Amino acid sequence: MSDPRLADLDVIILDYGAGNLRSVVRAVERVGARPDVASVPAALDEADVVILPGVGAAADTMHNLHQRQLVEPIREYIAADRPFLGVCMGLQALMTVSLEGGEHPCLDVLPGRVVRLPEGRKIPHMGWNRVEQRRSTTLFDGIPDGAHFYFVHSYYCDMAASEDVVAVADYGADVTAVVERGRLAATQFHPEKSGAYGLRIYRNFLLEHSGNGASR
Amino acid sequence: MLTKRIIGCFDVDAGRVVKGISFVELRDAGDPVELATLYDHEGIDELVFLDITASHEDRNTVVDMVRRTADRVFIPFTVGGGLRSDDDMRLMLESGADKITINTAAVERPELISEGAHRFGSQCIVVAIDARTESDGSMQVYTHGGRRPTGIDAIAWATEVVERGAGEIMLTSMNTDGHQDGYDIPLTRAVSDAVSVPVIASGGAGNAQHMIDAITEGRADAVLAASIFHFGTHPIMDVKRQMQAAGIPMRMEHADYDDVL
Repeated sequence: MSDPRLADLDVIILDYGAGNLRSVVRAVERVGARPDVASVPAALDEADVVILPGVGAAADTMHNLHQRQLVEPIREYIAADRPFLGVCMGLQALMTVSLEGGEHPCLDVLPGRVVRLPEGRKIPHMGWNRVEQRRSTTLFDGIPDGAHFYFVHSYYCDMAASEDVVAVADYGADVTAVVERGRLAATQFHPEKSGAYGLRIYRNFLLEHSGNGASR
Repeated sequence: MLTKRIIGCFDVDAGRVVKGISFVELRDAGDPVELATLYDHEGIDELVFLDITASHEDRNTVVDMVRRTADRVFIPFTVGGGLRSDDDMRLMLESGADKITINTAAVERPELISEGAHRFGSQCIVVAIDARTESDGSMQVYTHGGRRPTGIDAIAWATEVVERGAGEIMLTSMNTDGHQDGYDIPLTRAVSDAVSVPVIASGGAGNAQHMIDAITEGRADAVLAASIFHFGTHPIMDVKRQMQAAGIPMRMEHADYDDVL
């Protein structure tokens, strides 16, 4: 069932020209929220929750965010500890720098580099991988430790030692799977493509920040 | 650990699933979206829709199918059939498909692969290769639904499509397709060993052991099957349990949307 508490939440899904947002929009709708897709900085002012989705290359992503003058507004939004969820490239873009196709400065919200997955396995890392939870967080409510989520990426966030990493997946390296710091969360996998447990991630995050999360 | 995937495939003609389907519980067994929803419910890892409609002038039927699928199915799905330009690809991706697959169009104009990869990212470009092992042992690429020989070596072509930006290869053996007698292990292994990207074995699935062989012997990263699931005689989770018992990592946990949300 979708949760009626989410209906009044002002959820903004950032559109920076990265292509398909439809599955993220549908996933957020499926758990009971009514998201708006926006591409202007002003949209962040009134948002209760901002979601940064994304596929593709880091350089394109940063170029698009700069072009829409979203870089500073996103940094300020996160610095104010307002609820923010990054997905896939939306996680990688938060790092200091990405080495995908050169060396590209990113949003520098999370310290560390985005590096190529180690050789010796098929790249991209594509498919359902086991996600090992390092500590309990409301983001994982109702999700068993070791549940599988759908990944598709060739670069990953090299920050395994960080306390912000709350879940990892094994793919020749400890691939950062979920990061959480304050009211910022981000996943390397695609929750909107990871079946029921993936939708549960969206639900948990939105519920946590609906103002009613603590009363459950 | 990354699991191996079972991919369900539907051939769709003018918006209807072809090949006999006999699921009693379906309201409309010919509706690809109903079937996709059922397969998701039963534990499939991924889906492929191949549009085999003769005329591709009217794309609205396919777009409608893709949009309705994206509304209800929250696992990855791929759409192919008659896509000839990066604008064709964009239409499918914007409608909600996660990946697109191209076959004949890629052989006729290989630049299409790089154009798609550059514009949308390699992760959503699946190149389908239909190949036949000839009597002299060579492995030749066929196009036009497996009807037309190209004179191109399958391994060389697989290597080229990856260089051009394909993120995945869907490999169908013309020798084994339709026989339900097992995948083409030597072909699958030769291609999988030759490329750095994931390879989906296709053509010949008749039971769980065939899928086990394609992965352990053929070194496939995923197995595609159409007809064996369509009749309900091989429940998806039963097949997964057998594969797991053979030592293959599989996604076994399974939850319904309504139970978890």
